[in-house]
Amino acid sequence: MYIRTTLKTLNDAFFMALEAIHDNLLRSILTLLGIVIGVFAIIAVMTAIRTLESSINSGLNIFGSDVIFVQKSPVLQIGDHNSRRKYWRRPNITWDMVLELRDRMTGSEFVSGQDGTGGKTIRYRKESTNPNVGVQGVDEFGLEALNHKLEYGRNFIPEDIEYNRRVVLLGSDVIQKLFPFQDPIDQSISINGIGFDVIGTLEYKGEMFGQSQDNFVIVPITTYLQYFGSRWTSLGISVKAPDSESFDLIKEELIDQMRIVRGLGPMDENDFEVTSNDALIDTFGTFTAGIKLFAGAVSIIALVVAGIGIMNIMLVSVSERIKEIGVRKAIGATRNNILFQFLLEAVFLSLIGGVIGVLLGIGVGNMVTLVMKNVAPVIPIDWVFIGLGVCSFIGIVFGIYPAYKAAGLDPIESLRHE
Amino acid sequence: MLLIQVKDLYKIYQMGNTEVRALDGVSLSIEQNEYLSIMGPSGSGKSTLMNLLGCLDTPTSGEFFMDGINVATMGDDELAHIRNKKIGFVFQTFNLLPKSTSLRNVELPLIYNGEIKAHDRRDMAIKALTRVNLGDRVNHKPNELSGGQRQRVAVARALVNNPAIILADEPTGNLDSKTGEEIMALFDELHKQGNTIILVTHEEHIAAHASRVVRLLDGKIAVDEPTHRGKK
Repeated sequence: MYIRTTLKTLNDAFFMALEAIHDNLLRSILTLLGIVIGVFAIIAVMTAIRTLESSINSGLNIFGSDVIFVQKSPVLQIGDHNSRRKYWRRPNITWDMVLELRDRMTGSEFVSGQDGTGGKTIRYRKESTNPNVGVQGVDEFGLEALNHKLEYGRNFIPEDIEYNRRVVLLGSDVIQKLFPFQDPIDQSISINGIGFDVIGTLEYKGEMFGQSQDNFVIVPITTYLQYFGSRWTSLGISVKAPDSESFDLIKEELIDQMRIVRGLGPMDENDFEVTSNDALIDTFGTFTAGIKLFAGAVSIIALVVAGIGIMNIMLVSVSERIKEIGVRKAIGATRNNILFQFLLEAVFLSLIGGVIGVLLGIGVGNMVTLVMKNVAPVIPIDWVFIGLGVCSFIGIVFGIYPAYKAAGLDPIESLRHE
Repeated sequence: MLLIQVKDLYKIYQMGNTEVRALDGVSLSIEQNEYLSIMGPSGSGKSTLMNLLGCLDTPTSGEFFMDGINVATMGDDELAHIRNKKIGFVFQTFNLLPKSTSLRNVELPLIYNGEIKAHDRRDMAIKALTRVNLGDRVNHKPNELSGGQRQRVAVARALVNNPAIILADEPTGNLDSKTGEEIMALFDELHKQGNTIILVTHEEHIAAHASRVVRLLDGKIAVDEPTHRGKK
């Protein structure tokens, strides 16, 4: 019985809320705008970050799993000019250092050195690519270390590395450009005018952050250093742990051995940086946490301002409808009837704004998927509910005072009100 | 059957240091199916008595039984329920909800009743509107109706709950005399059908429709007598 009455009151209040919004359209829209912005901000950011996260967690495996990466300076450099100079002044990592580290490491599956450069032009007969192809120099472990998969042909063998052979593996963009109808293996191409024999092709990788991951070729690291290296070239080293359990152990051994290779004394600071996929994802996490916090703050401010707006519109609404309240009381509305009516009006008002905000937020947040291919659109269900929950809460908190005021009106006074 | 019994009713307002006796010992009995008018100059306590009889207010002291229920000591919500079930109000200014149709206006008391299904509500409201000859104006809003039609919607709203009394406060005050007579004819008709009607008015020819007139002066009943119509 009581529940049915409440449901009826709810139903009644819903239509009265719609009516009140319709009657004061401009004022309602302005009030709703705050709610819309608040909910939109948080939902859009959360949706965008969700899509990024899902793409990061699957696609950001720049390094293979269980691979630790060593280089001269950090992957993400944060800091001023001075700290950048500190990294820049560190001695370069050379191929000899990689070989020495490989000799010293006992527990790792492999130690692999690599470097890359961009802006090269590849030619095959009369066909040529744009001057934007990346060249990576790796050793026989490079494919696994960098998460590349061989499609046809063969991987590098130690002799290719030892004798600086001019052999090359092609990424799928380059194959598409130069060998659209032809098997590229055993053909001769040139990289910036230097001749190479194609020994294999690589599987299609797709895009990340809107950039192709297939527009490159791979050559032996020694050949790379001979033709594309310079006095600024500093190699990266990938070290693979046998399994995830031994990951931390291998990381410690790696740091110890690397300090010896680099000739550091016991008191010296490391002059190299160690990172991994997990560390990258962590870094991304701290980066997104900042954005989330900012969006949260914007949302809270917008919602509080909107809440005050709702309180204002409800107070106006109550004072405009004193006579109506008197009539309702005269024909039998109780305090609770009136309280409910105005409270629900405030909640519906703010929920309407919330729903608009959620829809806009999901729409705009998913625009990320337009820029980045291979990323599925996301609906952050949890945040949708949180957003709408917060809206209801705002409606109740800022609607309770006007509703209480309306419920407490004296029927005789209200009926006399003009 | 005795419908309303009021004994030694006082309503005293404290205005600063002075005491205003709006009602100064009023005793009154109203039978079922009586047609009563309450008259009096402004300040006579006419409105105060109407508010008390309409259960919008509680007396300072005295007894007030309606349908055998002691109303004098009730709280706000209990009074709201009594108003909802026992009293039908008709106001001078109609007091309809301007944005709602006739149907919704008439349904409103049934919504606050809380025990009537939506479907039954609709049927009852349409029946009440038909009784006041507005069966064809169910979906009209007040601004699409004439003054007389609006007042008839208000009468339908007062009727819809089958109240013990219909309390009309200057029901013709905002209408021209011809439309006013039409509304009074409607009240006469409702009285014939067995309803108890209390008219509050300051116009003799309106009061003459009733069978009994109560004249108030300075918070006391000065005259309580049958009208011409009542004597017949």
